[in-house]
Amino acid sequence: MSVADFAFYCFASVTVASGLFVVLARNPVHSVLWLILAFLSSAGLFVLLGAEFVAMLLVIVYVGAVAVLFLFVVMMLDVDFTEFKAKMAAYFPIAGLIGAVFLAQLVMVFGVWQSADGAAQMRGAPTPDPAARHNTAALGDLIYDDYIHLFQAAGLILLVAMIGAIVLTLRHRPNVKRQDVLAQMYRDPARAMELKDVKPGQGL
Amino acid sequence: MADFLDTGFGVALTIMAQGLMVIAFVMISLLFLVYGDRKIWAAVQMRRGPNVVGAFGLLQTVADALKYVVKEVVIPAGVDRPVFLLAPMISFVMAMIAWAVIPFSDRLVLADLNVAILYVFAISSLEVYGVIMGGWASNSKYAFLGSLRSAAQMVSYEVSIGLIIVGVILSTGSLNFGDIVAAQDGSFGLFNWYWLPHLPMVFLFFISALAETNRPPFDLPEAESELVAGYQVEYSSTPFLLFMAGEYIAIFLMCALMTLLFFGGWLSPIPGLPDGALWMVAKMGVFFFLFAMVKAIVPRYRYDQLMRLGWKVFLPMSLIWVVIVAFFAKFELFGGAYARWAVGG
Repeated sequence: MSVADFAFYCFASVTVASGLFVVLARNPVHSVLWLILAFLSSAGLFVLLGAEFVAMLLVIVYVGAVAVLFLFVVMMLDVDFTEFKAKMAAYFPIAGLIGAVFLAQLVMVFGVWQSADGAAQMRGAPTPDPAARHNTAALGDLIYDDYIHLFQAAGLILLVAMIGAIVLTLRHRPNVKRQDVLAQMYRDPARAMELKDVKPGQGL
Repeated sequence: MADFLDTGFGVALTIMAQGLMVIAFVMISLLFLVYGDRKIWAAVQMRRGPNVVGAFGLLQTVADALKYVVKEVVIPAGVDRPVFLLAPMISFVMAMIAWAVIPFSDRLVLADLNVAILYVFAISSLEVYGVIMGGWASNSKYAFLGSLRSAAQMVSYEVSIGLIIVGVILSTGSLNFGDIVAAQDGSFGLFNWYWLPHLPMVFLFFISALAETNRPPFDLPEAESELVAGYQVEYSSTPFLLFMAGEYIAIFLMCALMTLLFFGGWLSPIPGLPDGALWMVAKMGVFFFLFAMVKAIVPRYRYDQLMRLGWKVFLPMSLIWVVIVAFFAKFELFGGAYARWAVGG
């Protein structure tokens, strides 16, 4: 077994195990932490595939940003664990049924899975020789030269979705005090302060 | 001997020895950085600073580290034990493993990755977990507030650091540190380096680095006047030492990044003098001095000012800069200063 094989089995088993613990962990914060471990070890799998760029993006985007926000939200939640556990038994049969149906469907799909005659060739076609062209540059060729319009369209759709979410949730409330940063910065002691000479025993 | 080093075991042994050398370099410089930090801080405030242990107090950090290690680890009741102990380890290990790809000269580099700069960026985005996990697991209000602040702060400033790095990458056409430094080589010494074409971004990067590493004036996660010590409140002895060491190593890493991205890495500033690892270490030392001076001189920011600076000032500026650099690089304006990949390197 070579070092790469050993690394693959390490990363793969850690990914699967941490995926399992995401579901099994009692504490939601622990679930998120296991999820982060799953992300990290799948980034390791990408490195083994020779896709360093994708691996690093996975760590930067998912682990460094998305999972931080997950953790942020989950830590703030006030969840009653005892209530959860009590309901768990009641929901178990229907959850098991859904799981079983889903598994059966996957098995059926996998049973009739057929690859087209040159599928491997077609998948390999856009992949240049790793020694000749580095995978970051190859990915750049694909995204910014070959499929630039599709890529830009996908970006625009995401932008529209983001603006839509902001528009839906942004409400202007008239009676809220707002901070005017410019006014704060342009304040000077002459206008902001007033010195009063208070006589002893009189007050203002 | 050469035959043995080519076998699998020999290669593994060599890599481990090289890794140990990098760790030894970082740990030893850490000892003197903490000392230097305290001495500079003291000098600004007209105090003497550490001056008792060893000559000029040079061994003060060693004594402090020993004290932390031999003390009892106090684990408060109600903490989430595994996460509580994992957090400082993550903080330290993440700060340490980023050094694997930092080159000290064109031949002194542990792992010459093609995506080295992304690797450093990815690892430094993981450092926030030490802080968040520590704050949450402590089961204490101050620690939790500190960790929430730091999560928002580190995520915000990572965005602008990433965009500043994009500008440098655009100019170089490579994600490899060796290529980035090689692109800054030229016959004008320090005027060939990226600080000149990317001048505004040098300041933005420096300030973002301060915020990213929770250094004053952005040390809000541990603002002692508001939060006692933020996420570190419940930590004692070795776990606290790990947090502390991780913080300083991350700062030193930012000094190395400044050197590599904008100040020519191991290149000599004066044409004619030989390039070498000494230049790299000297430049890192200069930037650490700047970090220490900022800590001593600048008062702490307010939290809303910090967020405003990150999202409303730095993010638009660095975003516009990326567009400008892309324009300059594409049309090779200013004698190709922004398109070094076209000039060579």
